[in-house]
Amino acid sequence: MQTSSDNILSAVRIDKGFPGTKALDKVDFHLQRGEVHALLGENGAGKSTLIKCLTGAYRRDGGNILLDGVEVDPRDTFDAQRLGIGTVYQEVNLLPNLSVAENLFLGRQPRRFGMVDIRAMNRKARELLSEYELKLDVTRALASYSVAIQQVVAIARAVDLSGKVLILDEPTASLDAHEVAMLFRIVRRLKARGLGIIFITHFLEQVYEISDRITVLRNGRLVGTRNTAELDRRDLIAMMIGRELAAEIHAAEAHAAEGGEPRYRFRNYGRRGRIDPFDLDVRAGEVVGIAGLLGSGRTETAEVLFGAHRADSGTAEIDGRRVDLSSPRAAIREKFGFCPEDRKTDGIVGDLSVRENIVLALQARRGWTRPISRAEQNRLADLYIRALDIRTADREKPIKLLSGGNQQKAILARWLATEPEFLILDEPTRGIDVGAHAEIVRLIESLREKGMSLIVISSELEELVAYSTRIIVLRDRAHVAELGGERITAHQIVEAIAAANERRAS
Amino acid sequence: MKQKYLPLTATILIFVLSYALCAAQYPNILSTRVIGNLLTDNAFLGIAAVGMTFVILSGGIDLSVGSVIAFTGVFLAVVLEHTSMHPIMAFALVLGITTLFGALMGMIIHYLEMPAFIVTLAGMFLARGMAFVLSIDSIPIKHPFYATLKGFYYKLPGGGRITLIGGLMLLVFAAGILIAHRTRFGTNVYALGGGTATAKLMGVPVASTTVKIYALSGLLAGLSGIVFSLYTSAGYSLAAVGVELDAITAVVIGGTLLTGGSGFVAGTLVGIFIQGLIQTYITFDGSLSSWWTKILIGALLFAFILLQKGIIHLSRDARQRA
Repeated sequence: MQTSSDNILSAVRIDKGFPGTKALDKVDFHLQRGEVHALLGENGAGKSTLIKCLTGAYRRDGGNILLDGVEVDPRDTFDAQRLGIGTVYQEVNLLPNLSVAENLFLGRQPRRFGMVDIRAMNRKARELLSEYELKLDVTRALASYSVAIQQVVAIARAVDLSGKVLILDEPTASLDAHEVAMLFRIVRRLKARGLGIIFITHFLEQVYEISDRITVLRNGRLVGTRNTAELDRRDLIAMMIGRELAAEIHAAEAHAAEGGEPRYRFRNYGRRGRIDPFDLDVRAGEVVGIAGLLGSGRTETAEVLFGAHRADSGTAEIDGRRVDLSSPRAAIREKFGFCPEDRKTDGIVGDLSVRENIVLALQARRGWTRPISRAEQNRLADLYIRALDIRTADREKPIKLLSGGNQQKAILARWLATEPEFLILDEPTRGIDVGAHAEIVRLIESLREKGMSLIVISSELEELVAYSTRIIVLRDRAHVAELGGERITAHQIVEAIAAANERRAS
Repeated sequence: MKQKYLPLTATILIFVLSYALCAAQYPNILSTRVIGNLLTDNAFLGIAAVGMTFVILSGGIDLSVGSVIAFTGVFLAVVLEHTSMHPIMAFALVLGITTLFGALMGMIIHYLEMPAFIVTLAGMFLARGMAFVLSIDSIPIKHPFYATLKGFYYKLPGGGRITLIGGLMLLVFAAGILIAHRTRFGTNVYALGGGTATAKLMGVPVASTTVKIYALSGLLAGLSGIVFSLYTSAGYSLAAVGVELDAITAVVIGGTLLTGGSGFVAGTLVGIFIQGLIQTYITFDGSLSSWWTKILIGALLFAFILLQKGIIHLSRDARQRA
């Protein structure tokens, strides 16, 4: 055990077990002064357990934590904060109803004659935020600002309170590119001030953009710590999942669609104000990828197809038969399925069990007067838990306790249980880790091979390229290009989006 | 204007408008005599409502207030009748009891993680029952000190009087405003209303704040009981039934969000004034049934709930645009 003097935080041989599992097995982690250290691993690798041990949210079973060379033992997050370890989570942990200044100084407001000196507090808040290039009305409620700004306020509070170590747990998950750039500017500035920063994320590009070193955990064990500059992406992924996923993703299989008549034929289909009328043909056993920038009308296309927003123009045909898709109910009757993008608000019912979440759509289609027997529910749930490798202790576990990737698979299972023939997936791999990612990609391919028609929306172009037989490119709420066969490459998609933008510029 | 001032502004606007309407019909309503009476008649309700404001701001509720007022009244009447204790001592004693009672409810709510609704509901029955145990009769209080206290007032120009209890209510409101907006405890109350889990993560002492909030509500309910006994010169265990609901009404009409975290103590004062004004108007009119008070207050309350819903909706839209 050696601790170099540059280490601001050292965790040595940390052990943590939960009933039945060993979450952390003698993990070492060293954070240097003035570095951004990415902590990576699949869901369940032990990242959040390690963080929770460092911040006192969990009691570790064994091992030592040294802060500035002194052994510490934080009892809770507040205690850790006092010692110098501040944490900022993806979901901002501040009070939306209090003013920005009150959030920054809660519990340590400057006082005069026993009363809170509001003017001094607001002045100090403005000074503090000016270090972050932020000019806000600090007397306004925090809720009146965007998530990105709230995140910066949370960072300002954490740094001001702690000042030694800053843990950023998935801070960029709900930010757009511009906001991420702002956040990274701030992170670099804090790094220059000598803070040790732990950065947790699913976005590998961001890891390469901001981090100096990378530590990878797998199955509760330390895989290794590397300098970012010396670790290429393929090796990193191999470290994270222990198998050559990179190769799998690029093994773009035969894109050649089996010819034949399109099963699904949409003509002049659209809805005013949401998506311009488009023509779309989908054959059986075909994956149609939808690409475009955020706000280009990808989700709107999916919602119109599924009847979540009724189309106000055009016609839909299945096997030459005119069909009505004016509501999700109607679409489900035609054997449509739709996995929405935001699974927290549109997808899972957190307090229900995995089983109940899986049978939900099937039960809805049968109608509530014809309940699915408990035995049949159990059979379905077990079938899909096994088929999709949903990692859960048992089928009765509340779904909110599962990791993001497993929740996503449960939602997929919900629609697969209805045996759809036309399945729309909106960002099926968002916010889940690399391993689950690969499994979802494999699943999409196997569904296609079984003859299902799929529409997949994704921001990850390489992923789209991997499984799509055709790709529709969207821009400004209109379908602007269609790529097929040889032309399906990430480069071509970018070209198509860019060309469309140039046309708009001229 | 900031969104958080919107409900308060609406409340003040409604008050000024309705006062103007009343004054147009009965110019006498503007006299200082009426204003003085408005303060005196609503003093006990106002004091209890200050405590209720803190409770609701923190996201809780206190249903025991009315019963505690009745208990206090009966306790004072019994003690003053049967012992030679000086009223001041009796006041201190009863305030101690009610504060402790509130603190106890706060502890149960926090440590046993029980909903405030149930705990204070139990407290309501308990306090009312204790009042019955002390006496089931209406006991008059004839202590000379009561007469002395009632003799204190400040004469306004125009014949109106700010009585001791009316003035006390204004003092309590002033203290409440200071505590809510200028102390760390006050900010902690708002923090609890914003989210207990987050507040805890940010280092708010949740346990002591919760206990203090309900202790404060108990203290003010006791004080309200003293004021009520001064006002009626009697103690009766069936008195002040449902006062907690009037207090909640005043708080909500005053622009405080029932879910907690947003509102002003000053708004509650205006809420009290609006309720008092409606009552005064009906007295002036003479021909209207007193039930019209309830109907009008019900309508107002409903309007305010809709207004709050609308504001929440607007602020969510604003955030999405930001």
